[in-house]
Amino acid sequence: MPRKVAIVGAGQTDHRSHRPDVNGRELIHEAVARALADCELTIRDIDAIVIGNMDHFESINYVDAWSVEGSGGVMKPIMKVTTGGTTGTSVAVAAYYHVASGMFDRVLAVGWEKNSESDTTAAIITCSDPVWDRFSYSGAIPSLATEATGYMKWSGATQEDAARVAVRDRSHALNNPHAHLRKPITVEEVMASPMLAYPIKLLDVCPRTDGACAVVFAGEGLAEKIAPKPAWIKACAVRHSLTWFGDFDFNAGLMSLRRASQEAYAKAGITSPADQLDVAELYLPYSYAGLKWIEDLGFCGPGQAPRFIADGQTDMDGRIPVNPSGGVISTNCIGATALLRVAEAAIQIMGKGGARQVPDVKNALATGFGGCFWSDVAILSSQKS
Amino acid sequence: MSTGRDYSKLLTVTFSQPMPYEWSMGKWGSRFFQEIRERQSFIGIRCPKCGKIYTPPRRLCGPCFTELHELIPLSDTGVIRAFSTVNYPFLDPNTGKQRPIPYTYGYIQMDGSDSIFSHVIDEVDVSKIEVGMKVRAVFKKPEEMEGNINDIVHFTIIG
Repeated sequence: MPRKVAIVGAGQTDHRSHRPDVNGRELIHEAVARALADCELTIRDIDAIVIGNMDHFESINYVDAWSVEGSGGVMKPIMKVTTGGTTGTSVAVAAYYHVASGMFDRVLAVGWEKNSESDTTAAIITCSDPVWDRFSYSGAIPSLATEATGYMKWSGATQEDAARVAVRDRSHALNNPHAHLRKPITVEEVMASPMLAYPIKLLDVCPRTDGACAVVFAGEGLAEKIAPKPAWIKACAVRHSLTWFGDFDFNAGLMSLRRASQEAYAKAGITSPADQLDVAELYLPYSYAGLKWIEDLGFCGPGQAPRFIADGQTDMDGRIPVNPSGGVISTNCIGATALLRVAEAAIQIMGKGGARQVPDVKNALATGFGGCFWSDVAILSSQKS
Repeated sequence: MSTGRDYSKLLTVTFSQPMPYEWSMGKWGSRFFQEIRERQSFIGIRCPKCGKIYTPPRRLCGPCFTELHELIPLSDTGVIRAFSTVNYPFLDPNTGKQRPIPYTYGYIQMDGSDSIFSHVIDEVDVSKIEVGMKVRAVFKKPEEMEGNINDIVHFTIIG
């Protein structure tokens, strides 16, 4: 049996579109220092570090070595884990494995990105096959647009339905002092924003952000001493499926998320997610994901998401509040983005959410998305068992 | 460095030099472009386990974790399974320049293939494109071909 593991501290930068005042390792240090302060530990207390980003965004390939001054990794076991958009959940899952194995007591997970340092779309294109796909591929938006078109066709969802997701996330971001975009928007403004690739408009998608996030994991016996309310890891599940964008079935659900969440729910004893989860921090890079993917997560039935959103069931006072932080549509420092979902879920369990806190959170869901429609899922709980 | 550099601000360093790579296509990838030049037609490859026919031909079937050997001749026509017309500017890492926009990114199922081939379609008016439309590959002249994805100029709608 794995050792029980909890998140005991989290830190993040105040996210901005451009941070020319710091280099990458200095940006990482801001988040690490805040995470350590959050749980009143020093870097000496940390036994190992897992760090990740998307190397090609900054063209710095040796990030584990290059960043040791900022991460605190000097003369410590440090590993780089990078899986594209899911990098943030991958570093969290890897840090969890480190502690759950019993080989390390306190492990730091770090995700970061300085998106301002390159052309984001060009960098994303380099994730696709250089012989076959780069010639026609144009970054994240058109493959998501294709997914959205497929969903709209069978579900009857409209562009306005999707716009409500963006409006919700951007409205929630007003409560998060760390969020990048903190200006409310309306459905009309989303509809009037420039069409990037039908049906995705400028205000339907995430921004590009400079930022970092750090999370401290500790094992049972230590976690209770470090944090008054540790956020226990109940389940993690990873499904990385395809590598060719053409292999994806745009008329089916997001199968990686469906399978990962089913595995995590089974491990955590969750049979009715919308009732048993108190909050969800979901990696929704664009508004249509906030419809289709909550169906794959089982929050509502197929085709019911537009109604579920319009009825306010995912609002702060709804049945299952989604993205109290403002989510990815408000902040997207890519290598940190999925780790922010885990950190924000833990913040909700620990009761440290301030204006974005959902009352009495016992169970929280965090997801990561990336690669070629890959998904990671984590379930956190206030209860150790 | 530009001569107009403002030293009163926070400074950055710009890297914009060519840094070439040379990617191997493998034997089936190479064969695909040899067939394109000789016959102006596609080839696929069949998985011995699941029977799926992939184009471009790949050496390995991921779900079956098995090696593929049986090449299947295909034609130059297929069907649009999905598409997206791109309106936003971005740098093309293949050329180092802005990719011309608008352009239409197409997921095309070649006739006789089970997988989807990604390429571009020479139509940017979204009201004139529909999923299910038939398309034909337009090739460069054989003497101008270079053995890469650009040997297929684009796909054009034929009904």
